Amino acid sequence: MKKRNLLQRSIIIGIVTLIGLYVVIGPHGRRPHARDFTLTGIKENLAQNIHLGLDLRGGSHLVMRVKIESFFKKLTEENAIAAQNAAKEAGLPVKEARAETTGGNYLVVMEVTDPSKAHEIRELVAKKADLNDQIGWTFSASGNTLTWTLTGAAQRTLAESATDQAMKIIDTRINAVGVAEPTLARHGGQNSHEILLQMPGMQDPERVKQLLGSASHLELVHVISPPAGQVSSPQTYSSEAEAIASLNSGGKVPTNRRVVPYIERSELAGQQANPNVQPPKKWVVIESPSIIDGAQLRSATANQSRAGADDYEIDFSLKQVGAQKFGEWTGANINEYMGVLLDDQVKSIAFIKGQIFDQGNITGRFSKQSADDLALTLRSGALPAPIEYQEERTVGPSLGQDSIRSGVRASLLGLTLVVLFMLIYYRGSGINAVVALLLNMVLMLAGLIIFGATLTLPGIAGIILTIGMAVDSNVLIFERIREEIRSGKTIPSAVEQGFGHAFVTIIDTHVTTIVSSLFLYAFGAGPIRGFAVTLVLGLLVNLFSAVYVSRTIFIWLLSRKGRRVESLSI
Amino acid sequence: MFQIFHDINIDWLGKRRFFIGISIVLMLAGMGTAFYRHKFHPNGTEAFNLGVDFKGGTVITVRFKNPPPADALRAAINRAGIKDAVIQPVLDKKGEFLVKVAHQGFEESANGETQAGVDAARAKIKQALDTYGAEADPNVYKTLEDDPKAAYKIEGTEAVGQVASKQLRNQAIAVTIAALIGMLLFIAFRFEWTYGAAAVIAVFHTVLVTLGLFSIFQIEINLTVIAALLTLVGFDVNDSIVIFDRIRENRKLYRRMNLYDVTNLSINQTLSRTVITSGLVFLSVVAMVLLGGETLRPFSLALLMGIIFGTYDTIAVAGPIMVWWEKRIAAANKVSVMNPRDAGLKSARGAGRGDRTREGVGKPSQAA
Repeated sequence: MKKRNLLQRSIIIGIVTLIGLYVVIGPHGRRPHARDFTLTGIKENLAQNIHLGLDLRGGSHLVMRVKIESFFKKLTEENAIAAQNAAKEAGLPVKEARAETTGGNYLVVMEVTDPSKAHEIRELVAKKADLNDQIGWTFSASGNTLTWTLTGAAQRTLAESATDQAMKIIDTRINAVGVAEPTLARHGGQNSHEILLQMPGMQDPERVKQLLGSASHLELVHVISPPAGQVSSPQTYSSEAEAIASLNSGGKVPTNRRVVPYIERSELAGQQANPNVQPPKKWVVIESPSIIDGAQLRSATANQSRAGADDYEIDFSLKQVGAQKFGEWTGANINEYMGVLLDDQVKSIAFIKGQIFDQGNITGRFSKQSADDLALTLRSGALPAPIEYQEERTVGPSLGQDSIRSGVRASLLGLTLVVLFMLIYYRGSGINAVVALLLNMVLMLAGLIIFGATLTLPGIAGIILTIGMAVDSNVLIFERIREEIRSGKTIPSAVEQGFGHAFVTIIDTHVTTIVSSLFLYAFGAGPIRGFAVTLVLGLLVNLFSAVYVSRTIFIWLLSRKGRRVESLSI
Repeated sequence: MFQIFHDINIDWLGKRRFFIGISIVLMLAGMGTAFYRHKFHPNGTEAFNLGVDFKGGTVITVRFKNPPPADALRAAINRAGIKDAVIQPVLDKKGEFLVKVAHQGFEESANGETQAGVDAARAKIKQALDTYGAEADPNVYKTLEDDPKAAYKIEGTEAVGQVASKQLRNQAIAVTIAALIGMLLFIAFRFEWTYGAAAVIAVFHTVLVTLGLFSIFQIEINLTVIAALLTLVGFDVNDSIVIFDRIRENRKLYRRMNLYDVTNLSINQTLSRTVITSGLVFLSVVAMVLLGGETLRPFSLALLMGIIFGTYDTIAVAGPIMVWWEKRIAAANKVSVMNPRDAGLKSARGAGRGDRTREGVGKPSQAA
């Protein structure tokens, strides 16, 4: 073997090793100082450089799904009401419009008395109610029935944008509540409408969950009730059926009315009493559509209901357009009742004494925290659809540390056993294997750090598989060299042949595993991807450490012994 | 030289009926158990003991200062309205329990909307735990011992809803199959279709046997077990490739020797490597079973079983299947020589890999 060749190889290995070591245990983003060379300094740097997954570090992992069906249902219903109102206002011959939302199809169906006006109605509805081809509603007419169907393509686009919008709102809410280093990302496949939220260090995600989960859809509505003066309080009903019966419409709720629960909050009293006992439900009839909704909100703040009181209310103000609309309505409806509707429940009912423009409040014995949270969610805007939690994984810091500790202990014991065996079985050459193995670990960690990958429990599985493959490469080479020596070759040519033959096998095994890891990466998510990434990195590094480095050590050994090598410790 | 194997000459393929018999028995036992459990639910078991990842439900890790007996804890949770909670003390940590609860169905919230029961279970379990005293305040104290007034602390929660568990289940099956297909394609490209198929069938057999053992012993299957199965697939195909590589090399060296003998020779030549590598991996996996803790246990058990069967199936399953398949192709080619209608087929195959002779594959006397 040539001396120059050896020198070149040694330099490459030296540089790669130094860079690897620096990446793993060196400080990042600052100059190294003396402390970095002490054991505690190294430990600190190591902990800082490797990104641990939440399962090892502790924290909370939440997967939320945007309930997209509710979004479409609501959209269709709103469109049906808008279409009916628009047509009736224009004096067109429309009997009624209704929404049909079954089996993943969303239709607005309108019954007309004069089918010859269908074209006129279609034009009007396209303008006033957003039921048109641009948005994805296809029109069809048969006899007295006109139908608008939401196309599949439009469903996908709308669902995507609703999910994105929900994500933005969730982002605002998280930032407002001050969670440390949250990551928010889309989750799952194209049509899953899921959002993943990771909060490192979060031990009790209950409050965040409630804060994010509340849709916070605010509407100001007209509560149907005999005008004040005749009765002292708004008309309520003790059951839903009773409320519907009062409408005298044959058990059905007409499109321009809604029956919703009216819940007087008793949060402060409820905390002391048994929390499982729900306050009695009342029901009210409200007019549909609402006067204005939360989109018109300019600000919302939680304030004490009066100085020194322990209950809170939310004061809000409206944007200009909303205020104008609200002012007109209140001016025309003095002595009527107005309700604050939050997520389809009436929270408070106010009696309109005079015209109001842009101020209002939601009363009802809120505690400070719930008033703060409600004000915050109102400010961040309403979620386009409710969300539901699909996955929650919360790992306390001690549980994560236990996992790290036992994982590290197990790997160290395994590594020690492997090293001992290699040294006993292959003697001098065993040192080769050990050097290659340790270098492999260092470079793999360096790779993880450079690519910013996260180390999780399945990632540790990938590391174990890599250690196995790394040892295997050495065993393959050594066994082959032994075989060649047995068949009577000289030591240098046995080493050469051994590496040559084993190299083909090593490439084959490595590429096979890398190919399947690429499939894992493509088809898997989260933990499976982490596994695939560590594995691919480990295998690539192994080609360097087990083949190149190990071979260089052999070349060096042989060159030291001179021209005639009689024996090799293998 | 210190050596385990030296100049061994075992007729592995001659014992193929015995080996494949064992494999079939193991597979049947496992799949039979799974089917039996699926159909009749002895002691309320299912085909597989699926973890929350795949079945949905909630697992809560809780630690007590003064741990109550498991039965008392179960009774308390029962009183809070959760039936069939599984209480599992954590072996290596005193006072710690895993509380496993099935999916709690749907709860109707105040506004009449149904909400998936992911949240319901935790609230109810907490209610039951509160009968033992207060929880350590997670916002103030880091560990249970820091809070003087607390009686217990919830160390971890895992809750998976039904949509998500179904997705995870489908995904686990999809990735395992995808990984196998990826390997099949690459081995087919590097060697032959038959080699790839043999390796993949052998791996598939190992996965089935491991899953069968999981069914028999009712070990929990969760996401990390899938990672273990994928690790297994990697190790196992690795073993097969080492032997196939040797077969390819030996076929060039000993052109006169038939495939049957070449395969035996190659298995014997690589035997010491197979045993040493598997033995070393086995050692580190045993270390993991012993020291890895509760979280890693299903993972390390899956690996442990897989390593044993993976080593076995390379020798006992992959080799015989490959030889049998090659022999079938050779026989078909011979027939096609006599049958002019199939001549086109033969020449097409022959043009693919010119260097490989298929004549004289297998000993007629030992042909199955």
